[in-house]
Amino acid sequence: MAFLDYSPAPESTSILSIKDRYGLFIDGKFQSSRGKTFATISPSTEKTITKVTEATAADVDKAVKAARVAYDKVWSRMPGAERAKYLFRIARIIQERSRELAVAETLDNGKPIKETRDVDIPLVAAWFFYYAGWADKLEYATGGATPTPHGVVGQVIPWNFPLMMLAWKIAPALAAGNTVVLKPAETTPLTALLFAEICQEAGLPNGVVNIITGAGAIGKALVEHRGIDKVAFTGSTGVGRQIARALAGRSTALTLELGGKGANIVFDDAAMDEAIEGIISGIFFNQGHVCCAGSRLLVQESVHDELVSRLTRRIETLRLGDPLDKNTDIGAINSKAQLNTITELANSGDAEGASRWSANCELPSKGFWFPPTVFTGVSASHRIAQEEIFGPVLSVLTFRTPDEAVEKANNTPYGLSAGVWTEKASRMLAIVDKLQAGVVWANTFNKFDPTSPFGGYQESGYGREGGVPGLLAYLKSTSPVQGVAK
Amino acid sequence: MSKRLEVMKTYKLYIGGKFPRSESGYTMPITSPLGEHLAHVAQASRKDARDAVSAARSAQSGWASATAYNRGQVLYRIAEMLEGRAEQFVQEIRQSEGLSARVARAQVDKAIDTWVWYAGWSDKHAQVVGGANPVAGPFFNLSVPEPSGVVVAFAPAAESGQSLLGLVETLAPIIVSGNAVVLLAHPSQPLPAMSFAEVLHSSDVPGGVVNILTGTREGMATWLAEHADVNALDLMGATELDWASLEQAAAQTLKRCLTPVRGVVGLSMNRISAFTEVKTVWHTKALG
Amino acid sequence: MATASKALAPSDRAVRVIGGEISEKALTRYLHGLPRVDAVGAAARAGHFQTRSIKTESKKFGLDLAISMVDLTTLEGADTPGKVRSLVSHAIHTDPLDRTAPTVAAICVYGDMVPHAIEALGESHVSKRPDGIAVAAVATAFPSGRASVRVKLQDTQDAVAAGADEIDMVIDRGAFLSGRIGEVFDQIVRFKEACRRSDGSYAHLKVILETGELRTLDNVREASNLAILAGADFIKTSTGKVQPAATLPVSVVMLEAVRDWYLATGETVGYKPAGGIRAAKDALRYLVAVAEITGEKWLTPDLFRFGASSLLNDLVMQRQKMASGHYSGPDYVSVD
Repeated sequence: MAFLDYSPAPESTSILSIKDRYGLFIDGKFQSSRGKTFATISPSTEKTITKVTEATAADVDKAVKAARVAYDKVWSRMPGAERAKYLFRIARIIQERSRELAVAETLDNGKPIKETRDVDIPLVAAWFFYYAGWADKLEYATGGATPTPHGVVGQVIPWNFPLMMLAWKIAPALAAGNTVVLKPAETTPLTALLFAEICQEAGLPNGVVNIITGAGAIGKALVEHRGIDKVAFTGSTGVGRQIARALAGRSTALTLELGGKGANIVFDDAAMDEAIEGIISGIFFNQGHVCCAGSRLLVQESVHDELVSRLTRRIETLRLGDPLDKNTDIGAINSKAQLNTITELANSGDAEGASRWSANCELPSKGFWFPPTVFTGVSASHRIAQEEIFGPVLSVLTFRTPDEAVEKANNTPYGLSAGVWTEKASRMLAIVDKLQAGVVWANTFNKFDPTSPFGGYQESGYGREGGVPGLLAYLKSTSPVQGVAK
Repeated sequence: MSKRLEVMKTYKLYIGGKFPRSESGYTMPITSPLGEHLAHVAQASRKDARDAVSAARSAQSGWASATAYNRGQVLYRIAEMLEGRAEQFVQEIRQSEGLSARVARAQVDKAIDTWVWYAGWSDKHAQVVGGANPVAGPFFNLSVPEPSGVVVAFAPAAESGQSLLGLVETLAPIIVSGNAVVLLAHPSQPLPAMSFAEVLHSSDVPGGVVNILTGTREGMATWLAEHADVNALDLMGATELDWASLEQAAAQTLKRCLTPVRGVVGLSMNRISAFTEVKTVWHTKALG
Repeated sequence: MATASKALAPSDRAVRVIGGEISEKALTRYLHGLPRVDAVGAAARAGHFQTRSIKTESKKFGLDLAISMVDLTTLEGADTPGKVRSLVSHAIHTDPLDRTAPTVAAICVYGDMVPHAIEALGESHVSKRPDGIAVAAVATAFPSGRASVRVKLQDTQDAVAAGADEIDMVIDRGAFLSGRIGEVFDQIVRFKEACRRSDGSYAHLKVILETGELRTLDNVREASNLAILAGADFIKTSTGKVQPAATLPVSVVMLEAVRDWYLATGETVGYKPAGGIRAAKDALRYLVAVAEITGEKWLTPDLFRFGASSLLNDLVMQRQKMASGHYSGPDYVSVD
């Protein structure tokens, strides 16, 4: 046998106990609604996992009211040290149920179990641990201003890192003393609902966290609700624009985490093998469904051919397939809709004159799949160099000098992330200085930590998540305040 | 039916993750405020103190190079262990301080919450105290706090309600940043300190990060104050000693000192900062 | 012994790659021109191999393959002919419960034990059958390498004359770390020459870098390339007498050197991690690393060996578990 044809090593789903259907989690309990139910499926098999409820406008109202009562009567009166202990409990329970959560996330999202187990879920726990410790120390973060929460926060999150995005939103919000209404993405509600159960296990007071499931319309109803003091949104730049427009003229605090077209810059003196790992992580980790993906490779022209040859060689060892198999590196595309978007943009690459190379992997017959793909001969004006593909497609461009690398990297309305690969430290530090990106990875890529702020410049959004800035966004005293002008 | 005879506890020192007797063989009897005999605790000698410093030094670099997240997790687990043994501590506080059950329990609760407060600083202290500095030149400049190293600390008992709480307030801020510590329990209240050693031993804190010595403190104090491999002294609780002389002795090697008149009161991040050094790094930046 | 400015004994490979006169300066420039290694990134790559899950058929295949790649080793001052005989018997009869289990690739002993090893192997020696067991001898003042070149050459020649099929030599780490690259290179070339037998064939040369003393992955990359240029048939991590011995990050770098040489020239060089690999689980991770970095072509005892002693029994116990369905124990495998 060929050793590289590893025998199946599936992670069992027997650890899960998923209900047939879920209501909306409002005021500490799962409640029924007039809304219809819709199925959430596994994108690798297209099988239904469970049915969830489509919230109505009345449900949004109910959830916001529950959050308001919880804020007024319980959460805002609770000492920070007590809030901290609730968050520590949640963090611990997440750790205890981590395998179960990883399996659920892989099933619902389509990403490999290796990623949910080793990256997503540990970060979820870490995020809660980190912000738990801030709940009773807020005055140290505000530098003097009396820490005051906003009140009720409305949060809408995307499907690419479902539970992790939930943690990024809920942990700092609660630590700062706010209560929350959160809507998970319609294709990935499962782990948010399991999180609701965890809130119950932790004894979190009713109404402090509310989870309502539904699609875009409900997200809109939530963020525009007059009972919300602050909105936090992660998703596409297109929707981010709509939200910013809708909230214009109002005093609602707003932070946005939107798209990106990150540049991964490789110099001729880079640690070449490690740069290749970074490039691969940058665009194929999570199937490229990452706002901060290194979707543009800017390689110094003198090493272009060698780099591309090593890169494609290495990509051929990536394993695409059943996300629940522990040896899978690349999982399923999250939905048919996303697969269509990726396919359309990749075709534009062919049409506009770039050269396509795809890994020679077998795609399963059921489910949504796209092979790792590299386009060379890409120019800055090509659609695949400008538009966010949000899939496993890398566009390769070249540069000659450090200045040119910076110029090309910055030549985008986005500004979320960038990677730089060089062994010369002085050049590295000068380049990171000049990059218009909120997160710069030097000789590495896709590193996340609850202490490390994350967010974008320009059309990648505004506000930061993680670290001290991530906390301050949830305090009125350190956000733009209402009623400035008379 | 006669009352069942209890197995009496022996109290030893806590050094390097183990419970040795004092090398001197000496013990000190402990009585309750009503005069009844409670136990014999080990009387630590200067050699035990020397061994404790050595154990602390061996453990310190590993503890400091653990991630802040990891240290936070370890400290949080200690809080879990404390919570589990709350009843035991209530008993020992009552015996040591003669307090009522309600007051003793309140002290235990406060001690656990204080510990949790400090645990949460592990991955945040550097963000508040350190940062990038905008120097006037083409340089990347970053300041980070680092632990001072090995700290010798004296647990307090001057006020009521300190036998466990004072211990926790002394210990947590020292180790959270990555220091290792030799803690001298107060001679009048060693039992909660030794139970605390058991808590540490059942948590994930590496041996040698915390070392606890019991008995009267005069015999060891000067040796420790002068010890050239000790980086800092917390004398805030050394009120039964001539601490000013100890501070004098420490001046020989320029140890960092907190004292009863120059210390940090209450829950404060400054008590963490007192045992850290700030390192600032410059690096050139040039595109060419 | 070459000094910095003199031309070095040329090896075919070095001449091909560097061209012209092989001087220490040219060699040094060539090595310094290789890409640097980012140690954090290399450790992350190594980490990928540790999360591979090798089960059922793959595991059975891997375990048998790993057993067939072991260089069963005894390198103690207290070694005796009796000890070597016992080791050889273990090498042939690896699984007391299954006489059909694979045999190891080679026995690895000190040079003066070579005759005893060959005698004990008898018909199982590779000279008697192609799938037989080879005898590898450590030489060149193993493990420290601190002796005159004359003595190290003699050590090598003695082992070859005694019948060793393979020589595991150590590089001069002192010379490497003080920049005397030419000396390191020269010694390898000369020891390779000392492997020549009267019939014109060569004993295989494994070059031990002692990566635990080289400390940095950049040094490991340079030393690997240096050894290959000088004519190594195999590059090997460690003597097993210094900690750390073989690690996955070091192996990543060394396997990359082997891979790059193959891509550049079409020639295959072998790799041997030695020391510190005790568990079957770790051995399987190495097989994954080899397959995914250099390729499946290297999954053969001709190109990959485990330098180990206690690893063999753990591989056998895991094999027994796969056959029986229950965990095995130390009483069901044999001591050396």
